Amino acid sequence: MNGSPHSLAIGNSVNAIMIKVLLALIPGIAAHAWFFGPGIWVSLLLCTAFAFMLEVLLLLLRGFPLKPFLTDGSVLVTAWLLALALPTLAPWWIYAVGAIFAVVIAKHLYGGLGQNLFNPAMVAYAVLIVGFPTYMTQWPAPVALALHPVGPWEAFDLVLSGKGSISPDAYTSATVLDTWKTQARLGVPASEIVSHPAFGHVGGFGHEWVALGYLTGGLLLMAARVVTWHIPVAFLGAVALTTGALHLADPVHYAPPLLHLAAGGTMLGAFFIATDPVTAASTPRGKLIYAALAGFLVVVIRVWGNFPDGIAFAILLANVCVPFIDDYTQPRVFGHARRKTGPGDQT
Amino acid sequence: MTRRPRHFPGGIHPDQHKAESNATPIATMPLLPRYVVPLRQHIGTAARACVEVGERVLRGQPVGLAEGYVSTGAHAPTSGTVVAVEARAVPHPSGLFDTCVVIDADGEDRAVEFQPLAWRELDPSALRNRVRELGLAGLGGAVFPSYIKLNPAPQPIHTLIVNGAECEPWITCDDRLMRERAPEIVEGIAVMRHALGCATVLIGVEDNKPEAITALRAAVAAAGADFEVIALPTRYPSGGGKQITYLLTGVETPTGGRSTDVGIQVFNVGTAYALQRAVTRGEPLISRVVTVTGHVARPGNFETRIGTPINDLLAAAGGALAGASGEIVGGPLMGFALMDLAAPVTKAVNCVIVKNPSQFPPRPVDLPCIRCGACARACPAGLQPFEMYWYSRARDFGRAQGYDLFDCIECGACAYVCPSHIPLVDYFRHAKSEIWEREREKSNADQARQRHEFKTFRLEREKREKAEKFAKAAEQTKAAANAVETGADPEAERKKAILHAALERAKKAKETVTPKNTDNLPPAIQGEIAEIEARRRAAGLADTPEKTGNDTP
Repeated sequence: MNGSPHSLAIGNSVNAIMIKVLLALIPGIAAHAWFFGPGIWVSLLLCTAFAFMLEVLLLLLRGFPLKPFLTDGSVLVTAWLLALALPTLAPWWIYAVGAIFAVVIAKHLYGGLGQNLFNPAMVAYAVLIVGFPTYMTQWPAPVALALHPVGPWEAFDLVLSGKGSISPDAYTSATVLDTWKTQARLGVPASEIVSHPAFGHVGGFGHEWVALGYLTGGLLLMAARVVTWHIPVAFLGAVALTTGALHLADPVHYAPPLLHLAAGGTMLGAFFIATDPVTAASTPRGKLIYAALAGFLVVVIRVWGNFPDGIAFAILLANVCVPFIDDYTQPRVFGHARRKTGPGDQT
Repeated sequence: MTRRPRHFPGGIHPDQHKAESNATPIATMPLLPRYVVPLRQHIGTAARACVEVGERVLRGQPVGLAEGYVSTGAHAPTSGTVVAVEARAVPHPSGLFDTCVVIDADGEDRAVEFQPLAWRELDPSALRNRVRELGLAGLGGAVFPSYIKLNPAPQPIHTLIVNGAECEPWITCDDRLMRERAPEIVEGIAVMRHALGCATVLIGVEDNKPEAITALRAAVAAAGADFEVIALPTRYPSGGGKQITYLLTGVETPTGGRSTDVGIQVFNVGTAYALQRAVTRGEPLISRVVTVTGHVARPGNFETRIGTPINDLLAAAGGALAGASGEIVGGPLMGFALMDLAAPVTKAVNCVIVKNPSQFPPRPVDLPCIRCGACARACPAGLQPFEMYWYSRARDFGRAQGYDLFDCIECGACAYVCPSHIPLVDYFRHAKSEIWEREREKSNADQARQRHEFKTFRLEREKREKAEKFAKAAEQTKAAANAVETGADPEAERKKAILHAALERAKKAKETVTPKNTDNLPPAIQGEIAEIEARRRAAGLADTPEKTGNDTP
């Protein structure tokens, strides 16, 4: 072993990347706390605690050294994304089950860091929404619109006692995506839905600001070169184009593209989840195809599916296609006349 | 009108660290008491020692002669006595020893008589032969024998690229050389052009060396030459052969090929300078400029005789400072760790960096690959290093090769940027050597299989021939037998008659010979038998000669 190169880029590590991702999430989290109350802190805390404990346990069981693998920061990113994807004020065990599926099943049983085919937080979300749909569809109402705003200690109490979802209407409300879907199916005209105070400016009162927070953080991540432009642009582009086409064809039934961009998990998905390097496509053209596919599927699931949002399933389905996409989108190698057309192409 | 350099894929911007060593002029190393001249300093076959222990040599006298086509000679760096021709430590990543001629200097530094060449009048072929004798090899690092590269056959060369990029951090020997000896470099380039007969000459220098660019441009103008000096954007590895070719001409060297395949030849500025000395002074390649930098008292560049122990070179730079943590030969990105300080400077050694833990911290523990793609964005060959790593690590070398492993130039840009600190280049070197090994085994196996197949074929053939021979013999016998039956052969007829007679005789003999158990008995017993038979007949019991069966009702 020659050991070259003898110097490495300074300050460049997995840990540094993960910390940048966590920092970039903060504007969105802050907006969430501002508009929806302190519940987000409780879910972040619980998800982090559960995920961290499970990570320690699994590393010990698998005989991995704790220090390098705990300090890589990947488990924190998984935990935070899980917390941000799940509704706040859900019973504590929702977060525990989510952490088990994310860390144990989706991450470690697939071989740990760098080996997982599916985004861990999205696997957990998918399992929870299929297994416990009642808890997963109740999102806290914005503080300004809530009948009974929840304080920090009450938030803790609600989560630990599980009461937050027993009497949902006191604290929670349907999301704007849900509202649009149910109302539009009932034949309520778009103008009426849009005029509801919960609709906000473009994508749901409060939610649109959280989305703006994620957009800001995501742009910072791009500026810091943690993510390239390909995935966010293709993902958001596909959402905008698909919903735009539907809206143009039938503005009464199909929500405008801005609503789809601002509501639900679109921004979180575009900048923080679809861009997970382990599970995303890795060639430049592959990233565009993968993210456009995910964006398109988001719209399909939102518009015609029965789930409140389509981010998790869309990204998981796109994850399935990644090895195939990567194989067929290899860039041209310097000095080769043409690019490869597939894995069997040995020229 | 200067051409604008193109943009090759990838590349990195490591910290330059040029200022440490490029501020002072090239210093000349003092004469040392002992030099160690390796016989294999170039790519190809090692030179053959042509001196014996105890022999007195003069500076510039050959101590090793080129052996075979891809080879070049080695020369005594000073006058003195050969004290050993033996395996010694040489600067090589493996740390293995190699044959060296050890010379104890006599301090007089007397030289053989050098014969300057009137190169303008000299036929390119004669020029190349002289260059071969003078031990010229590429000083950019690959140390390929120069006389081969100066041959425009079989591929005509239209463009000569002179590489002054010096893209590796820390190294400044070419920078200082270009600043101080630009006219000599320009003349050396003219010699190269004469040998190659090419139309265009392009000199590429990274724009972090403005003084060198100015000096070269002035020298080109003073010589009235039409060489173009082009400032390249500072981006590692712009000095890679394929990269500088693309930067200056926009031509990609085809995969698996050399730039000469597209009519372009690339030489290092240091080689141009050495060629100028060799041609105009007739002096063989016995010294070069070496950068000594890093954790030493007085970093700088040294005109160093080939064979100088690196120990002595470091001493000339004031020695390593306290806390030094090892030495690198070459640059920090492609160089290798020096195993033995007694190893000498060879034609390939352009830089010695003394490390310290703050500038060269030990590589952190490597984490799993997270497929972030930073390596692919840094790769100047446009490869997907993380895929090559994935399959190399899984020992699926076929698939690693499918990701064009052999287009990897081992520049280290991928490993430099890897956030998981994976020693990617080590994986790729290993995978390449495994594939070469398998190819060798396969070709051996192919040979064995061919031998086996031939043996099987031969045995089969022999068996068939034998069978045919037997079949033929049987055919003849059968034919003979047939001939007997049809009575065509009187001889056979006679034999048949004899055979028949014999058979008849045998039959008769059998009939007569076969006894009854009552035959051949004494007369008394015969009488008794007759008596008994008579009684039995009388009783009506016995078998009569007429009636032998048991026909009693």
